[in-house]
Amino acid sequence: MAKGDHLSLTFRPALADFVRLQHDDARDRWVLQAPERVLVLDESGKAIVDCFDGNTSLGEIIDALVTEYDAPRDVIDHDVRVVVGLLEEKRFLRVEDG
Amino acid sequence: MMANKGSKQTSVLEPPLAMLAELTHRCPLQCPYCSNPIALAPRSDELEAWEWADVFGQAASLGVLQVHLSGGEPTARKDLSAIISAANEAGIYTNLITSGVLLTRLRLEEYRGAGLDHVQISFQDSDAANADRIGNYANGHQRKLEAARLVRALGLPLTVNAVVHRQNLDHLPQIIAMAHALDAQRLEIANVQYYGWALKNRELLMPTRDQVEQATTAATAAVEEYRGRMAIDYVVPDYYARRPKRCMDGWGSQYFAVTPRGRVLPCHAAESITGMEFSSVRDRPLEWIWQNDPAFNRFRGTGWMPEPCRSCSFKEKDLGGCRCQAFALTGDAAATDPVCEFSPRHQELTSLLEPGPDEVASNYVYRH
Repeated sequence: MAKGDHLSLTFRPALADFVRLQHDDARDRWVLQAPERVLVLDESGKAIVDCFDGNTSLGEIIDALVTEYDAPRDVIDHDVRVVVGLLEEKRFLRVEDG
Repeated sequence: MMANKGSKQTSVLEPPLAMLAELTHRCPLQCPYCSNPIALAPRSDELEAWEWADVFGQAASLGVLQVHLSGGEPTARKDLSAIISAANEAGIYTNLITSGVLLTRLRLEEYRGAGLDHVQISFQDSDAANADRIGNYANGHQRKLEAARLVRALGLPLTVNAVVHRQNLDHLPQIIAMAHALDAQRLEIANVQYYGWALKNRELLMPTRDQVEQATTAATAAVEEYRGRMAIDYVVPDYYARRPKRCMDGWGSQYFAVTPRGRVLPCHAAESITGMEFSSVRDRPLEWIWQNDPAFNRFRGTGWMPEPCRSCSFKEKDLGGCRCQAFALTGDAAATDPVCEFSPRHQELTSLLEPGPDEVASNYVYRH
């Protein structure tokens, strides 16, 4: 099973309070900062994380990116799941109540 | 970009990612494994808040993304809010590394207002009596519990840091449960590193092989059990390893520490290597130090390595291990880390692992 396959399309991802999205000027790239961790985002990673607001569901994020990048749905679905799955595993996402 | 001195190939010098700011050596606790040097800096020598602000500005320009505000006990400084605020204004992610015993709601609210991103509180044990004995500070454990709850109540993220050794390693399952009960986002379990104060107390602190095996099993299981709820980082005790740790991800590679006096070190323990000299932010720009200081260049890359490291196929993987540990155990900071099974001094290390006398903890040499 690939990373993120278990995620439901209704999951509404948001970054955890202690995670900071920041442009790393010295290296000209985007990073997510958490204690003792710096996670480098590539262009598609940044585009995915930009969609996180706690209200938009995984399915809606995929829809939006399919339209924006005019890309095949299965490719976007895979990319989004990999990024969200990785962030969930690293505990960079807000944990939903219940 | 610069050539790596002593190395055959030219390599690109990367900018540093993170820094440790040791704001003071003052601390109400006296842990016998304290990572501060044996000779502690007096308050009168400490960098002022404006000097730290200048350092953070330089560090951010250089590429530093994170600062760990540590000590000693950083909250012993009355100007800590100004220091946090300066780091925050420089765009640096701020992590407060504290014992927690001096924290009050008022202070924490001040720090949060100054832009503090994260708090890490150290615990000496899950058992209050033993914890207070290890830190030599009455009622310390209770205060830490209260501080941790306060951190979460104010909505700040929390890491519980537990330094483990022979006197508390058997409580690891309880320590893990305690961290989760405190609603920590992250638990860092770190085995004592034996330099400085810890070296003086090695006989009492060195865990037995049985303890290490049980603890490693418990930690590995907990990583799975708490997946998605609490992140657990477990730093293995490398005396029991066959290969050395990739210390600091390489000397002068991603990280530097600034001492209370302003000296810039490739590793917070580097001053334990007697005979090495380090530059100060009071005398030199940080960029010059990072790029040119002979102390930083001394062990960069692989060109400095003696045999058996020089011709070893693992040299890029572990970078020869830990320089401070090599010095502590052999008297030569350039020696192969004796943790490595290929080190000619490896046998001496394994002989240290014979359990010492099971004395009571009152025999600690407390940090003073």
